[in-house]
Amino acid sequence: MSDTADPRLLRAPPKKGIRLSWTDERLRGIVWQLLVVGLVGGIIWWLVSNTAHNLEVRRIATGWGFLNREAGLPIGESLIDYNPTNTYSRALLVGVLNTLKVAVVGIILATILGTLIGIARLSKNWLLSRLAATYIEVIRDLPLLLQLLFWYVILQGLPAPRQSLNPMTGVFLSNRGLKLPWVQWQDAHSFALLGLVAGIVATFLYARSARAKRMTDGQPRKVWPVGLGLILGLPLLIWAALGAPWQGDIPALRGFNFQGGLTVTPEYFALLLGLVTYTAGFIAEIVRAGIQSVPQGQWEAAEALGLQRGRIMRQIVLPQALRVIIPPMTSQYLNLTKNSSLAVAIGYQDIVSISNTTLNQTGQAIEGIAIIMAVYLCISLSISLFMNWYNARIALVER
Amino acid sequence: MSATMDTAAHLSSAARTDGPPAILMDKVNKWYGALHVLRDINLSVAQGERVVVCGPSGSGKSTMIRCINRLEQHQEGRIVVDNIELTDDLRSLDAIRREVGMVFQSFNLFPHLTILENCTLAPIWVRRMPKKEAEALAMEYLTRVKIPEQANKYPGQLSGGQQQRVAIARALCMKPKIMLFDEPTSALDPEMIKEVLDTMVMLADTGMTMICVTHEMGFARQVADRVVFMDRGEIVESGVPEQLFNDPKTERLKTFLSQILRGH
Amino acid sequence: MSDTAAEATVPRPAQESAIGPRRPPLLAVGPVAWARANLFSSWLSTAVTLALIYLIVRWAMGFVDWAFVNAIWSVPVVNGQAQTQACRALNGAGACWAVVTEKHRFMLFGTYPYEEHWRPALCVLLFIGLYIVSAMRRFWRKELAYIWIGTLTLIGVLMWGGVFGLSYVPQERWGGLVITLILATFGIALAFPLSILVALGRRSRLPAIKALCVLYVELIRGVPLISLLFMASVMFPLFLPEGINIDKLLRAQVAIILFAAAYLAEVVRGGLQALPRGQYEAADALGLSYWQKTGFIILPQALRLVIPPLVNTFIGMFKDTSLVLIIGIFDLLTAGKTAIIEPAWQGFGIEIYVTIGLIYFIFCFAMSRYSQGLEAELNRHRVR
Repeated sequence: MSDTADPRLLRAPPKKGIRLSWTDERLRGIVWQLLVVGLVGGIIWWLVSNTAHNLEVRRIATGWGFLNREAGLPIGESLIDYNPTNTYSRALLVGVLNTLKVAVVGIILATILGTLIGIARLSKNWLLSRLAATYIEVIRDLPLLLQLLFWYVILQGLPAPRQSLNPMTGVFLSNRGLKLPWVQWQDAHSFALLGLVAGIVATFLYARSARAKRMTDGQPRKVWPVGLGLILGLPLLIWAALGAPWQGDIPALRGFNFQGGLTVTPEYFALLLGLVTYTAGFIAEIVRAGIQSVPQGQWEAAEALGLQRGRIMRQIVLPQALRVIIPPMTSQYLNLTKNSSLAVAIGYQDIVSISNTTLNQTGQAIEGIAIIMAVYLCISLSISLFMNWYNARIALVER
Repeated sequence: MSATMDTAAHLSSAARTDGPPAILMDKVNKWYGALHVLRDINLSVAQGERVVVCGPSGSGKSTMIRCINRLEQHQEGRIVVDNIELTDDLRSLDAIRREVGMVFQSFNLFPHLTILENCTLAPIWVRRMPKKEAEALAMEYLTRVKIPEQANKYPGQLSGGQQQRVAIARALCMKPKIMLFDEPTSALDPEMIKEVLDTMVMLADTGMTMICVTHEMGFARQVADRVVFMDRGEIVESGVPEQLFNDPKTERLKTFLSQILRGH
Repeated sequence: MSDTAAEATVPRPAQESAIGPRRPPLLAVGPVAWARANLFSSWLSTAVTLALIYLIVRWAMGFVDWAFVNAIWSVPVVNGQAQTQACRALNGAGACWAVVTEKHRFMLFGTYPYEEHWRPALCVLLFIGLYIVSAMRRFWRKELAYIWIGTLTLIGVLMWGGVFGLSYVPQERWGGLVITLILATFGIALAFPLSILVALGRRSRLPAIKALCVLYVELIRGVPLISLLFMASVMFPLFLPEGINIDKLLRAQVAIILFAAAYLAEVVRGGLQALPRGQYEAADALGLSYWQKTGFIILPQALRLVIPPLVNTFIGMFKDTSLVLIIGIFDLLTAGKTAIIEPAWQGFGIEIYVTIGLIYFIFCFAMSRYSQGLEAELNRHRVR
């Protein structure tokens, strides 16, 4: 149809003017738009002028000057160095990092748990499938805030450190939170971690080149031995080369509390537990629907071609299922991130909680809320941009 | 329906060209983005004339007839329908839509309304007809397309052929002067094509001005005063059916006809 | 959508089998065969089944012990002070339902005057009746809108009073379950029309209107509800001219409406997009105006398509009203949380939260079952 000689591509369309008459469709459109925009603009202007007046009357300070003042607010847990003599801007940064800490870990755990439950829902074992269905139904029918309060009450009801639960050596669960054994972090560990990342990247590249070579000569190549070597061997080698440091940091009871080890505070633990179990209920449904969206005929057609089950899963079913799964999954990730704002109800100091305290201390409500909204809009926008990019990639790979 | 029209002639429209044409297209051009889909279309359809438009898919047939009731807007040239020129003026748009009925390939009945409601909606709200009167009119046309007993059913309960006949009745209820058919039988199973074509022949016999995009050559031979062949956005050839089918002048029409005939 | 489906409705002679239906071999039916196929089909499946049965039985027995066998249902009250020593003595081995027995009025009705509790109770029943009527397909007519307006007005009269011999109860004293129902129901009832306008605006050909609607929807959906509730609680008073003050519940209600409208608008937009273009064209070809086309052809079909996701959004909104706890409005959850602040009842949060959870679950489960049934029914219609 679109050969070069197609006469339909030779002439360009003309431009058109506009007529000054109420019966002209475009003029009418412009008038409508002016009207609506004017109305909305008017309302906003009215609200803004009221606000300006009220701020003046009530002598409320405005502007961002407070960000550089001393915050004087204590923060329980922080990923960066912080003490109450630091500025508000640093306190808010701690809040953002705390939000990200719970959101990132939550998204990873919820995806794992949700996928497992979604697969269990499709199991041929009736009992397992019913159990998964019940979990999904119950968890989705209860408000998240209620679940968070529930978990928090349970964690607070745990025994004191002296009587703490000790399910495994080095693991303690008490009303002060969860204590886990850890290693004393040294440079060798950081390098080993880098080695792990490098190994994953190298495996990916190797798999790609193996596939490309196969496309030229048709010979299959085993990827997994090389992958195993790169992903496990490389970090181990680096670690061993740097002297294989291994000094455990085991929590131990000293007086009324624990010393050492990795601490998960009850607030963080309750929030994470609530967010993960709640979001997993939604993710499970998405995973189930995604897998079921691939018609049985696809399996049959691929089996008829003689492909192995694993390859059918990877090359036929998964690409199609992912196309269905990714958009709703993105919105669940966004939901989890936004829901982490409920932290304020159980005293985990995320960005909402810290902004709220800031707002109460300085009286600058508008700035405080603007900060909360700006942070979440940034996070939402980044996640949706990343997911859109990933989605576009998947769609391309498929074609 | 303009019952004054004599139902006698299936012949050339020459006899009736003395009055103003029902549809006049003068150097009409249209683009989709950069693609020039209608190129200098000149077509004059007389009152009561029946024109069949054919051509390969993507040739611009549907676009052309959709321009006549302004479902699509042309960008250059003039279209005059029933003495009303089609412009950006919304009054002309309202007037045209009242005078021109359209039947779609995919019926486009409103699935949430009964057959009767489908037929009375526009007469009541656009023609401002009392409900009783509109219902009586609808029943009359439903009788004419031979499905009065289905009036209170929903479109989903009817067969494709029945749905398309309802669509014809729905368009007729607006008492249009001109009827446009956009491949009315293409979405139908073979056994249902005939009942729809019979309805269209019946309509042609009443003297309605009709433009019909279709590949049904039998129908074209039976009722068309003129056949227009389009390809790549332009009218390549037109004439009375016998002449056009038996003695194609251009290579493009010959190729097209051989493909159509092979297909049948 | 129905174009091709319609052809399937042509009656065709049924294929009559000469032999008649044949039963499957006897082995494949009956509970034993069912269990073998669904519970013990392989070694792995058998192991999973046995492990699960063990866990479920253990957990269920523990739960029954806690919730029923060892539970305490009421405690003596001396001089207005509940004597909770017996509950504390349980040390977690059994539930102390006495806290619910003692506080249930407070959880359901908050600080509403005690002798007037019948009024919010009646309102709760009216709300439930309203949901049931709205769920029935034979009431899906224009009259439903009048039923809603009438019932909601009646609820307002009952709650406020001040007329017909009912004593006036200021809004500050409302609380409990009825607040949850008010926030959710009024939220949806007012957000719904707004969401339709926004969805239509987002599909508009006029760029400025489209941009406004996109901005509104994306802005609201990008931030958590809490930030809007904070805004309602601390910023709304600044927005209004000096001297005008609206109460906190109304402010929170406005925030919930604005929030719900953005989400509902996306659901409605989905319905609008799912309609085939032919429907728009056929309406145009008949000469219907934009509002006639929208009102008679587009919305009735688009809304019907999205009823299941609309119900799901409603469930979400119903649950999300609990967030007003954070700005101190006295809904069901806040009332529950407040009930255990009293020293005598401290430490019995689990019992309270389980009870509140049960109330939320009953409402949400009913709605979600309804939505699933409706979806199945609508799908069946579409196939036919």
